[in-house]
Amino acid sequence: MSTEAPEAPAPEEPRRGALRSGKGRMADPIFKWAVTACGAIVLVILALMVIRTTSEAWPVFAKEGFFGFLLGEDWSAGSSRSEISGTYGAWPFIYGTLVTSAIAILIALPLAIMVAFYITHLAPNRLAKPLSYMVELLAAVPSVIFGLWGLHWFLPNVLRPFFEFLEGALGWFFLFEGPVRSVGYLAAGIVLAIMILPIMTAIIREVIVVHPIDQRMAAYALGSTRWEVLRKVVLPASFSGIVAAAMLGLGRALGETIAVLMLIGGSQAWGASLFGTGSSMASHIAATFGEAAPEARTALMAIGVALFLVTMIVNILARVIVWRLGRMTGDAAV
Amino acid sequence: MRNGRYKLAVLATIPLLAAACSNGGGDNGDSADGGGGDLSASLTGAGASFPDPLFQDWIYTYNSDVQPGVDINYQSVGSGAGVEQFLEETVDFGSSEAYLTEEDLAVAAENRGCEAVQFPVVFGSVVIAFSNPDLDGLVLDAQTIADIYSTEITTFDDPAIADLNPDMDLPSDEIVPVHRSDSSGTTAVFSHYLSTEVESWADEYGEGKELDWASGLVGGQQNDGVAQGISQNPGGIGYINQSFAQEADLAVASVVNADGTPIEPTLESTIAASDEAEVPENFQFSIDNIGGEGYPIAGTNWIFTYTCGYEQASADAIIDFWTWALTDEGAQDLAGELGYAPLGPNLTDRVIAELEKTNSENGSDEGAADGDTDQE
Repeated sequence: MSTEAPEAPAPEEPRRGALRSGKGRMADPIFKWAVTACGAIVLVILALMVIRTTSEAWPVFAKEGFFGFLLGEDWSAGSSRSEISGTYGAWPFIYGTLVTSAIAILIALPLAIMVAFYITHLAPNRLAKPLSYMVELLAAVPSVIFGLWGLHWFLPNVLRPFFEFLEGALGWFFLFEGPVRSVGYLAAGIVLAIMILPIMTAIIREVIVVHPIDQRMAAYALGSTRWEVLRKVVLPASFSGIVAAAMLGLGRALGETIAVLMLIGGSQAWGASLFGTGSSMASHIAATFGEAAPEARTALMAIGVALFLVTMIVNILARVIVWRLGRMTGDAAV
Repeated sequence: MRNGRYKLAVLATIPLLAAACSNGGGDNGDSADGGGGDLSASLTGAGASFPDPLFQDWIYTYNSDVQPGVDINYQSVGSGAGVEQFLEETVDFGSSEAYLTEEDLAVAAENRGCEAVQFPVVFGSVVIAFSNPDLDGLVLDAQTIADIYSTEITTFDDPAIADLNPDMDLPSDEIVPVHRSDSSGTTAVFSHYLSTEVESWADEYGEGKELDWASGLVGGQQNDGVAQGISQNPGGIGYINQSFAQEADLAVASVVNADGTPIEPTLESTIAASDEAEVPENFQFSIDNIGGEGYPIAGTNWIFTYTCGYEQASADAIIDFWTWALTDEGAQDLAGELGYAPLGPNLTDRVIAELEKTNSENGSDEGAADGDTDQE
């Protein structure tokens, strides 16, 4: 945060061994190494996964070319055991992942901020507690439940009428071009938004709640409205925490598999209209892995590698945005 | 009734897993309780999900009524994975909706050191279902189905459909074709039928467990996703397993077969289709050009075993279980109840002869010793 206290002169460290018994001398190094090892495990696991999937996917990259694979629009799996006979272009799935995650974060982020602000600042006490418990409970619901509920109830009863209304009102705009199908990018994105809402709300609530009360009181004393306090006092100070929450939500949205699989309408084609059906990277892997021939499995590994890359690029982009905005608003502690 | 039994079958596999873990050699002699059988073995199979409801029922009934000492664990991991696990020798038998090709058989022979055998065990139909109950019995042929799925026919009152249904009052609804979004044997059977019958389909889309569908179609995850896709879109039409359509009580189309007769998908017409199929010596066949009373969109499920490398007890159990499933009247009735068609009597004899080749090249008595090293 920008308002950090000036660094106090470091207190003098106690003389080595002065406070310890002879036995204690080993404790610190052992603890240090144990913790270092735990940290290293994360890196090792990640490295193993990247190396393994990349080497398994290599034949596909060799045939299609790296960018040919990422940007190719045609996916038709072959069934050979020894060679790569199909055509593999992952763009429809990359597009599906990006567009559903974008819809999810665009809906969930403002909603999460509002819910968190309501719980921490406006809700009466007897409502705030149960409400925050409820939010945490929602975070624990497994994604297959969201998928089933979305497909069997939410979609036919709520989303479809809403889609028809949207198409009637905004059908001239390419994103909302008909025809309306039940499942599709928008349906998957909206349910994803509901799924990532609780985790984002929980984190943002924690961030807002530690915001110093005297700053808010000062703002109210100057005659600010509640909206102005939220917009100009609380949000700027909590900016980095809110971004962290958004990144976590985005991470879940990018990788979410089963709920998307049930709602996106699994198709290997892609189109700009949000009502259209498509497939995301994770959902396509899950949908076809079980029955995949050896060469198709290689191609699915390649999608896995692409998913790694996309997640990484999105994360880096988000960091850059935060850094730029932070420099502008004077809050660079991210 | 069926559901209850299915759940019991799932429950029945839990103690089995424990048993499978606790005995190293696969020789559990605790078959004391229950009457009847004298066999004792613990088998694992993996493969197609399409016959899974039937296999679970068969396994449960066999284990409780016929051979209490034989525990069978069938994992419906999908046909592709079933073939892989069979070739990697991690399971006792494999199952798939596509037969093993010569290439697969060569890999199997190399891995195990002896030939693999394969044989069909059940047939099943793929039906065309509608969301609009008034359309029950609508007649379609391969060409119109292909045109619907390539979005050349977009409404139900299209002249091509009207020609086939002169007596029906067709709605002018937009057709929304629904397909399986996961890779599935149902898609393989459906697209194989269209590829054989319609040349333009073969050129444009071909056949396989997953296709590059025309855009604007709706995909559904598993049978349930397709059923939802059909019912949530007015004008929805989709292809699903007959057993699922039967349970969900959907309106279905009659499909014109090779003799030009529109056939309603029923158990009888599936059996008639399997009778029409010509099955060669090596059991590598698909059901094409069905005429007579046969329903034309039908598929087969194969089981794979090896001719060597089993313990004698396991081999006996494999042969006994499949012989029971293929010949016992109760077992065949179970298949019918679930919408699967049993093999005809002629074919059954040939299949049993093939089945009995299982473990036949194991060098008689030393088999058990060999089996120990080959298993797992």
